[in-house]
Amino acid sequence: MDLTKPYPTPTQETEPFWEGLRNEQVLLQRCDDCGKWIFYPRSNCPSCLSINLRWHEVTGEGTLYTFTVTHQATAPHFVDEVPQLIAMIDLNEGVRLTSTLVVDEANDPKVGAKVVPVFDHVSNEVTLLRYRLA
Amino acid sequence: MKLEGKAAIVGYHEYPHIRKFTGKRKFTLGQWADLTRLSLDDAGLEASDINGLVCTEIRETVSFTPATIVEYLGQPVNFAERVDLGGASPVGMVWRAAAAIELGLADVVVCALPGQPIPSNPNPGPVDPRRYFQSSSVNWGSPQAEFEIPYGNLAQNCGYAMIAQRYAAEFDYDPRAMAKIVVDQRRSGALNPNAVFYGKSVSIDDVLASKLVADPLRMLEIVMPVAGGAAVIVANEDVAKRCKHRPVWIKGFGEHLTMKTPTFAEDLCRSPVGPASAKAFEMSGVTRSDIDACQIYDCYTITVLLTLEDAGFCEKGEGMEFIRSHDLSCFGDFPVNSHGGQLGMGQGGGAGGMTQVIEGARQIMGRADQRQLPRCDHVYVSGTGGIMSEQAALILKGD
Repeated sequence: MDLTKPYPTPTQETEPFWEGLRNEQVLLQRCDDCGKWIFYPRSNCPSCLSINLRWHEVTGEGTLYTFTVTHQATAPHFVDEVPQLIAMIDLNEGVRLTSTLVVDEANDPKVGAKVVPVFDHVSNEVTLLRYRLA
Repeated sequence: MKLEGKAAIVGYHEYPHIRKFTGKRKFTLGQWADLTRLSLDDAGLEASDINGLVCTEIRETVSFTPATIVEYLGQPVNFAERVDLGGASPVGMVWRAAAAIELGLADVVVCALPGQPIPSNPNPGPVDPRRYFQSSSVNWGSPQAEFEIPYGNLAQNCGYAMIAQRYAAEFDYDPRAMAKIVVDQRRSGALNPNAVFYGKSVSIDDVLASKLVADPLRMLEIVMPVAGGAAVIVANEDVAKRCKHRPVWIKGFGEHLTMKTPTFAEDLCRSPVGPASAKAFEMSGVTRSDIDACQIYDCYTITVLLTLEDAGFCEKGEGMEFIRSHDLSCFGDFPVNSHGGQLGMGQGGGAGGMTQVIEGARQIMGRADQRQLPRCDHVYVSGTGGIMSEQAALILKGD
């Protein structure tokens, strides 16, 4: 049973995002034609299907849209992370992403709370974008 | 374009739901053939009457699925389709069968979903990653492999829990009302000999005392995986009139898909079953107040709550009060999942949602024994795939 953490393998579309995280920067695509921000990175804008997309650095700050605390690992690879605090984060630019919350026990997460990025360098190649309460 | 409502469910078969299957194991192809035989018998039809089929994935091939099944059954068909809508597949299969029949492509269409374990492979090969990651794709280039799975957001529990948590932040959330969904359904399920919880009702306190799996969802609010499997036969008007049972006409349907991962839902508290149900009601000419029973896809309690609201049986945010003020059991004033639902029957994999279709047909045919509703002419059925990602609705009617 291969239980190595299922870390991401970037693609040509997504590499700038992961490269940004390695440098502790949050980069998002924005559509030059319709102006909408885009997440996750892709080749075409999910609002107008334009291919004129450009990378921009953003703060990565946002609010907690929802979360759960798991008491049973979502896969055997995450047994060491239970309780997992899995969250959806609304970035200030209006896009939503999945992350995990790094919280101390004295500070219970609440939907709508302000959150800020935590760059978790899990290996030489991969940095995950986690969050903590602001 | 709309259905005329001239295709009907004329027969079905449902394997008993069993937690630990100890019977003779068959391949999914064998289960397909067996379910087809049993559901044809139920309708009073023969193998040679079939000229259409709708399937989902089978274990013996990754592609060319319909042709593989046609060959195994030995019955040529004029219409074949493989549906890939997760838990919404059963509803999606039935409306596609009805549409093909109304277009004149086929007269008798079998829709089957095997759900029993297959024989152990003596040469198993590498472990299928789906064993761990379930419905989340770990394939390179899959958005889930890159942006969900590394954070542990995979499979179903955590997604549905996050929907419930968001609902709780926006609206009234009452854990006792959520538990009451289970209690009312299990009261019906306790009378269903095919249910894993046959003879086993529960109390609100039992549900609230069950293990917290992903906050706020508890063990008894989540379906139990079981061995199952089911099939229905859909037929045209001429055939339906000479079958054994009261025809169950397929009067309307709707389907709506928005995303794979709930992170990308515009609004987690407003699910795709809303537009799907609106379309189904509009097509059928049946109104919500005509409905005698709802068979609502119930992988989790939160799915039932959102479906009641989004399908228009109560207003958004009023679901908890609706549940508190109605008896949802088969003896109640607003029956929901009169077979126990999947929360009461267990979930036979992808076949789970077919229990909802079959209970709708069973009630209209008047074959629900101790659970039979005093009057049942109009049934609403929903199907939910993924994490409220892809949903479908059916309106069934008896003459």
